[in-house]
Amino acid sequence: MTSPSRLAGLLRDGHFVVTAELSSSNSADPQATWRRAEVLRGSVDAINCTDNTGAHVHMSSLAAAHLLVEKGLEPIMQLTVRDRNRLALQADLLGAAALGVRNLVLMSGDDVTAGDHPEARRIYDIDSMQLLEVAAAMRDRGTYLSGRKLEQAPSFFIGAVENPFAPPLEFRPLRLQKKVRAGADFIQTQLVFDVPVFTRFMDMVGELDLQKKVFIIPSIGIPRSARGARFMQQKVPGLHVPESLVSRLERTAPARQAEEGIQIAVELVRAVREIPGIAGVHLIGIKWEEGVVQVAERAGLLPRPTLSPLAAIGIVHSPAGGGQGGGVP
Amino acid sequence: MSVTERLVLAVEKPLKEAIWGCQMCGQCILHSTGLSCPMRCPKNLRNGPCGGVRANGNCEVFADQPCVWVEAWKGSRRLPVFRDHMEHVQKPVDWQLQGTSSWINLLRGRDRMAPKGWEAHDQP
Repeated sequence: MTSPSRLAGLLRDGHFVVTAELSSSNSADPQATWRRAEVLRGSVDAINCTDNTGAHVHMSSLAAAHLLVEKGLEPIMQLTVRDRNRLALQADLLGAAALGVRNLVLMSGDDVTAGDHPEARRIYDIDSMQLLEVAAAMRDRGTYLSGRKLEQAPSFFIGAVENPFAPPLEFRPLRLQKKVRAGADFIQTQLVFDVPVFTRFMDMVGELDLQKKVFIIPSIGIPRSARGARFMQQKVPGLHVPESLVSRLERTAPARQAEEGIQIAVELVRAVREIPGIAGVHLIGIKWEEGVVQVAERAGLLPRPTLSPLAAIGIVHSPAGGGQGGGVP
Repeated sequence: MSVTERLVLAVEKPLKEAIWGCQMCGQCILHSTGLSCPMRCPKNLRNGPCGGVRANGNCEVFADQPCVWVEAWKGSRRLPVFRDHMEHVQKPVDWQLQGTSSWINLLRGRDRMAPKGWEAHDQP
């Protein structure tokens, strides 16, 4: 039960990793989750289980992550501070550890007004930065936030998010630095559709030397239609979709737009891979795991690597000391 | 609540509400956030903006209002001191202090008390 994170092993071994987001389930039948997750098997290194994504209710990320563990797939459990206070967050973190979850991504979460229960009370007892510190304290010092001792500390690989495209742009790298100080081991960014803006963000990250301290994994979205791309551009908070990308899809015949979307995602993967300090990609095809597999294949990300024997048993380089930081291939 | 506390509150509350839209959290960090009150953020974020800030710098939730953290960043750049405090990891809010005087809590050192399991990150 104390097996370390395989994702951490791959990153510290210097591999360019591939993660993907699993469509969230609205079914009481675990088969619905397993069916979607099986599509990804062999094409990605770890799978994100979202926490009431877009502030819409779905099956809990903890349950979905455990369902993946049961099938030998590696989950990344997302957890927001929107729906739980500090007691519930720590209870779920410890429970997740006991159920075999090793990777976390901790975040604020979309506001309740973006979802299907806009009348709900927001929690935000602690913020995402503080939750990183809480998870790190549980792992590194073996205590709850109160200072009370855990009987057995969890072994977490702790992730955080950052949006390189939302104002104030000059503060975003400094906020990333704060997250590293608070305990983040890896970062999954907001969807990257605008490579020049992302490159400028990474330049600032490089000036702070952060790519040596944290693994940075940009998210790549796979647009399935011109309408979907237009919706993301106009309706989704924090998303920056250039007009040139939407009009490229609109110029494509409807029957070929999904194919064009995959081509766009493949081009984006290749472009971000050229940027120094990038440790992998996080592929997001909304309710479209098959699209993720096609992008992974056509971007030359397959087959996925296996862990070296040393990394598999937890003897691995540290990002700071191992010289593998950033996972540059 | 003592008479002294009531008297201090009678001055502090209307003053800070009028100038900074103070929410009376009782553990003021205005000097660390460019004089923009983080408790006005609908997510109560004490450590910087969320990822939902709009391209025009307005709040994800209140589309017609500027993000308090965009204001904090601008404000902190104008301050002659405490600018580096934007890089500090701020400790969790102590909700027991809601509605109390942050001036008195400052004098008593009450606002510096953190949970025992919290490791301070005041120095970068």
